[in-house]
Amino acid sequence: MSSSEIPGGTAFAAEAAPRPRRRRPLTFARVLRGAAPYLLIAPVVLTIAAILGYPLYHLARLSFQKYGLFELIARHGTSVGWANYSSVLHDPVFRHVLVRTIVFTVANVALAIGIGTLIALLLTKVSSVVRVLLTAGLVLAWAMPPVVAVQVWLWMTERENGVFNYTLTKLHVGDYFQHDWLATPFSQLSVTTSLIVWGAIPFIVVTVYAGLSQVSHELIEAAEMDGARPWRVFKDVTFPILKPIFLILTSLSIIWDFGVFTQPFLLIDQTRINASNELMGIYLYEEGYVKTDFGRGAAISILMLLIVAVLSIVYVRKMVKTGDEAA
Amino acid sequence: MRARRRRTRFVWDAVGLLLFAVIAFPVYWMIASAFKPDDELNGATPTWFSLHPTVSHFRDAINRPFFWDGVKNSLIVVSVTVALSMVLAFLAAVALAKFRFTGRKAFILLIIGIQMLPQAGLIIPLYVVLARYHQVNALSGVIVTYMTFVLPFSVWVLRGFLLGIPKELEEAAMVDGSSRLGAFSRILLPLVAPGLVATSIFAFITTWNEYIFARVLLNDQSKQTATVWLSYFTGTGRNTDWGGLMAGSTLIAVPVIVFFLIVQRKIGFGLTAGAVRG
Repeated sequence: MSSSEIPGGTAFAAEAAPRPRRRRPLTFARVLRGAAPYLLIAPVVLTIAAILGYPLYHLARLSFQKYGLFELIARHGTSVGWANYSSVLHDPVFRHVLVRTIVFTVANVALAIGIGTLIALLLTKVSSVVRVLLTAGLVLAWAMPPVVAVQVWLWMTERENGVFNYTLTKLHVGDYFQHDWLATPFSQLSVTTSLIVWGAIPFIVVTVYAGLSQVSHELIEAAEMDGARPWRVFKDVTFPILKPIFLILTSLSIIWDFGVFTQPFLLIDQTRINASNELMGIYLYEEGYVKTDFGRGAAISILMLLIVAVLSIVYVRKMVKTGDEAA
Repeated sequence: MRARRRRTRFVWDAVGLLLFAVIAFPVYWMIASAFKPDDELNGATPTWFSLHPTVSHFRDAINRPFFWDGVKNSLIVVSVTVALSMVLAFLAAVALAKFRFTGRKAFILLIIGIQMLPQAGLIIPLYVVLARYHQVNALSGVIVTYMTFVLPFSVWVLRGFLLGIPKELEEAAMVDGSSRLGAFSRILLPLVAPGLVATSIFAFITTWNEYIFARVLLNDQSKQTATVWLSYFTGTGRNTDWGGLMAGSTLIAVPVIVFFLIVQRKIGFGLTAGAVRG
């Protein structure tokens, strides 16, 4: 990144160029220049405070209130202390959902990063024509809107005329004639996983591939000359260099997958969503919004935000550091 | 040795081609199905490539109730959100890229931290607060909501573009006797224009694709956005019009795919983190 270091409160780079005179009188222009960055960020800060800060403050308050449809219309909740939290934490469904979401997240993140890394490594081995083609395919997958991708998945996994069942039967993987992919919770979540992993892979491939191009060829060739097997080369040479990238990718993926909503919600279909297949985002939606128990929903939201906050500390710290270095 | 190397290259190429087929297949299948006549869609054996393509599904899709409402609402929401966000985000990005000031780190923390908030967790508070100000079932409420995640992302990406501008150019403009504002508008703005375009397109894609908030905040069918329209397409019946659904899907995906291909070259992949995954 840029190495330009601009001393405190000075405007554009050029301002620093003439020899700075110390203890200049406090003129209107100087005050204005010192205030400039604050004036520039003020619109964004004020907007965020109004459209996000205020709702978040409200969320914290709601989580300690009885707040249903009646209170929504009356615009006034009644305080109930920690009742919402204790009701959620004592709800066996919440605990099941939490465990399921964690398992789901781990599986999705591991699959996406694993497959993505393998494809990135493959990209370094193939001829340039195949590389361009494969990258184009990845970009296509990346560009698909999630809601659209869900519809395509529903059509491909359709019972009678879906291309999945036909192909799997033809390839003698098993008898998938009129197989219902959305019959059991495990199957439902597996189909969801295939969709999420498909959508997540492009970003991972491209990021890891960009990282791989920074690993020197000499280093890898030297290791190969010494007789190291491909796995050893990856583990001892490539991986340590890519470690920061994997760290960021993993924490980002965990955050995204933990809060996933659109794909499972639309794929599993509302009529089939119940305590046996809910993920955290959907549980929150059903408990808080559908049942119009906003107080309890707020408590679930707070718990979810806390979990994600803990998960994202690694990523946020890293990004704040790069952002601060760059100025 | 060379022969062996050629052979392994061939194997990798074959694996690569197979992967390409698997990864691109859903997109191909959507477009191919949209053009297939009904008997090919409902046959026991799928047609991989239709020899009798038809556009009737597209006609059906756009003639379904509320399609044009959905498109119109999406376009309104997207354009207002993007326009407002770009102006505000650009100013903040200038502050981040060109100034050092107390509280800068806190501001960066705010920008990054917001992008980590799970959207599902914001459904309840935004719904309740917007209901209080009669912004539920209004496009303005959705626009405000979208700005919460378009703004931080745009500030971050624009900051990257501003940092990429060589300082010498700005300095040269100053030496020529331009005022700071002159230097800004004549030197900085044209240089950052491609960045503004790329960021706008990414913001466009994110807002066009958004689903949860549009679904929760807009109840009337005439108010809903294109993605919500598509999500209601299957209905509750068993007999889904798959051809029409794939045609509708294609219509909603194509603008995004085209825009994505444009910016993806310009912006480079690294900057797009977090922008495109719903």
